[in-house]
Amino acid sequence: MRRDTGWWLLIAPAFLLLTLVYIAPIAQVLAISVMEPSPGLGNYERLFTSESVQRVIVTTLRICIITTAIALLLGYGLAYVIALATERARRWWLLAVLVPLWISVLVRAFAWVTLLRRQGVINEGLIAAGVITEPLALVWNETGIVIGMVHYMVPYAVLPMLAAMREVDPRLLAAARGMGASRGFAFSRVFLPLSMPGVIAAGVLVFIFSLGFYITPALLGGGRTLMVAEWIKLQILDLLRWGLGAMMATVLVLAILATLVVFSRLVNLRRLFGGGA
Amino acid sequence: MSHALALHGVTKRYGNFVAVDRVSLDVAAGSFLTLLGPSGSGKTTILMAIAGFTVPDAGRILLDTKDITALPPEKRDFGMVFQGYALFPHMTVAENVAFPLRVRGMGRAEREDKVRAALDLVQLSALGDRRPQQLSGGQQQRVALARALVFDPALLLLDEPLSALDKKLRAELQEELRALHRRVGRTFVNVTHDQDEALSLSDQVAILNHGKLIQTGEPAALYERPATRFVADFLGKSNFLEATAEGGVLHLGGLDLAQADAPASGPVLLSLRPEKIALLADGETAANVAPGKILSWSYLGAGYSLVVDTPMGPLRASLPSWRAPIAPAEGLAVRLGWAADAAVAVAEDPA
Ligand SMILES: Nc1ncnc2c1ncn2[C@@H]1O[C@H](COP(=O)(O)OP(=O)(O)OP(=O)(O)O)[C@@H](O)[C@H]1O
Ligand SMILES: [Mg+2]
Repeated sequence: MRRDTGWWLLIAPAFLLLTLVYIAPIAQVLAISVMEPSPGLGNYERLFTSESVQRVIVTTLRICIITTAIALLLGYGLAYVIALATERARRWWLLAVLVPLWISVLVRAFAWVTLLRRQGVINEGLIAAGVITEPLALVWNETGIVIGMVHYMVPYAVLPMLAAMREVDPRLLAAARGMGASRGFAFSRVFLPLSMPGVIAAGVLVFIFSLGFYITPALLGGGRTLMVAEWIKLQILDLLRWGLGAMMATVLVLAILATLVVFSRLVNLRRLFGGGA
Repeated sequence: MSHALALHGVTKRYGNFVAVDRVSLDVAAGSFLTLLGPSGSGKTTILMAIAGFTVPDAGRILLDTKDITALPPEKRDFGMVFQGYALFPHMTVAENVAFPLRVRGMGRAEREDKVRAALDLVQLSALGDRRPQQLSGGQQQRVALARALVFDPALLLLDEPLSALDKKLRAELQEELRALHRRVGRTFVNVTHDQDEALSLSDQVAILNHGKLIQTGEPAALYERPATRFVADFLGKSNFLEATAEGGVLHLGGLDLAQADAPASGPVLLSLRPEKIALLADGETAANVAPGKILSWSYLGAGYSLVVDTPMGPLRASLPSWRAPIAPAEGLAVRLGWAADAAVAVAEDPA
């Protein structure tokens, strides 16, 4: 018992700090969501009654699911190429994947705006090539948000999938081909299932990141397509509806926790599959 | 039906390094060939060329009379047991064994029959629902065998199939593998660096060193008539006597050697197996006699291994321990004797 107390004393400063800067504000948010403007679950009732609240949730989920799906597809292809590359090529590939992470989100979002807007390089190029006559609406809508978010998320999708792929014993693929399997068959029956734990991990990571995304949707959505994070900011800072904003923040945290719980179930599946070790 | 395999001048280079150097081999239909050699001698490279995973830089590989040198592995129809077995961890034992049948698009009923028969063959019928990682090493090895045999391959290739197992299990599975070979009657090509395994399993052994084929033959022929110093040394233990022939008589260390079919003149290298040297009792004699003192000895259970200092240099001799005529001790004076046909002349290896 006494030894336990000793340990507690040692971690007490860190614990206090965390409580102060992390847990306390969240608890306060929770409190605000049931106290403002009047005590009760009124704010939460809006989840079922308010069309605008529902619209923002549906939009967010739709964008997140589309972003996750595209990021996983692109990321899987990239990770596959990197996993099969030679040692030296792999280093260059990894650098190319990681460099965007060091560039500010803000800079990247603006870069996309200049590329995607009506007089941007892409639209002008397509018009010049005669593919289209009217510029496409590529930005300040959901398309723009998804493009920007996918760009941001692909590295986060690549890394867990690459880790899982590198754990796949290359002899298993050779064995499959030695038994008569074509490359495609060996891929779908051996490589894909064995890299699945990485796909699931990447999917959860990207999905959770996407749920709370703020800067990219705010800039590339042009204020017309609202996702949860921007909507919360709107409620709290512009409309001063603290209770409603706090309620949505709480829902966001709960959604992330729920995703993680589902994920941990799937991770157990991995042990069942015997992937890795 | 079993098939014959032939390699003609197969060569594989990695940059400037020649991993396999003009290897030619004939494997008769239904026979068991073992590629034996030290680490890095090119055994796996040859097996991978036979399997189709590496394409040789020169030479041809023939199955019966068909040239398969450039055929991709999935078209060759060979069964293969990989080093470490390469079982699919996400499939059960039965699914692993069914994999080659699935690839061939075989119907479910037929597939299940074949899987059951293959698992019976390796005595694993009870474990079909387990995952590979829930099996012991020996059981995994058997699953790998069942999976390699289930589709009636033209050829079975084995890369060090027993090296991951402990000694006792290895001996057991060696016998099983031999029995299996007789039962299925296929052509087997096995790779090992374990000389006991090569001798006990094979119809033919091919000895490799530095990517070159040194000698091929039946196990007994290789053991009794090694062509070079390397073969004599790698297969079992051997003493080497560097003698000189003069007028049909061999001289070494001031002693004359009686040696069957000795050359008339020039240097001669003899390989003399320790078990062919006898410890002579008082008054006993032999074609060759060398007096000496025991330099060191060790007890090996079935026998003693002695190193005896003689005028010809230190000689290794083995002595059965059951009712041994002497109790070995360092410094003990003994007389060694061997017959005129006990030693064989071998060639020095090219450097
Ligand atoms: N992909 C490769 N690139 C370069 N060198 C290679 C390659 N594969 C094999 N080698 C070289 O070729 C030689 C023969 O290799 P191989 O794997 O055939 O040896 P082995 O006889 O199977 O040895 P072991 O008993 O250790 O498995 C070795 O010296 C090895 O370093
Ligand atoms: Mg090898």
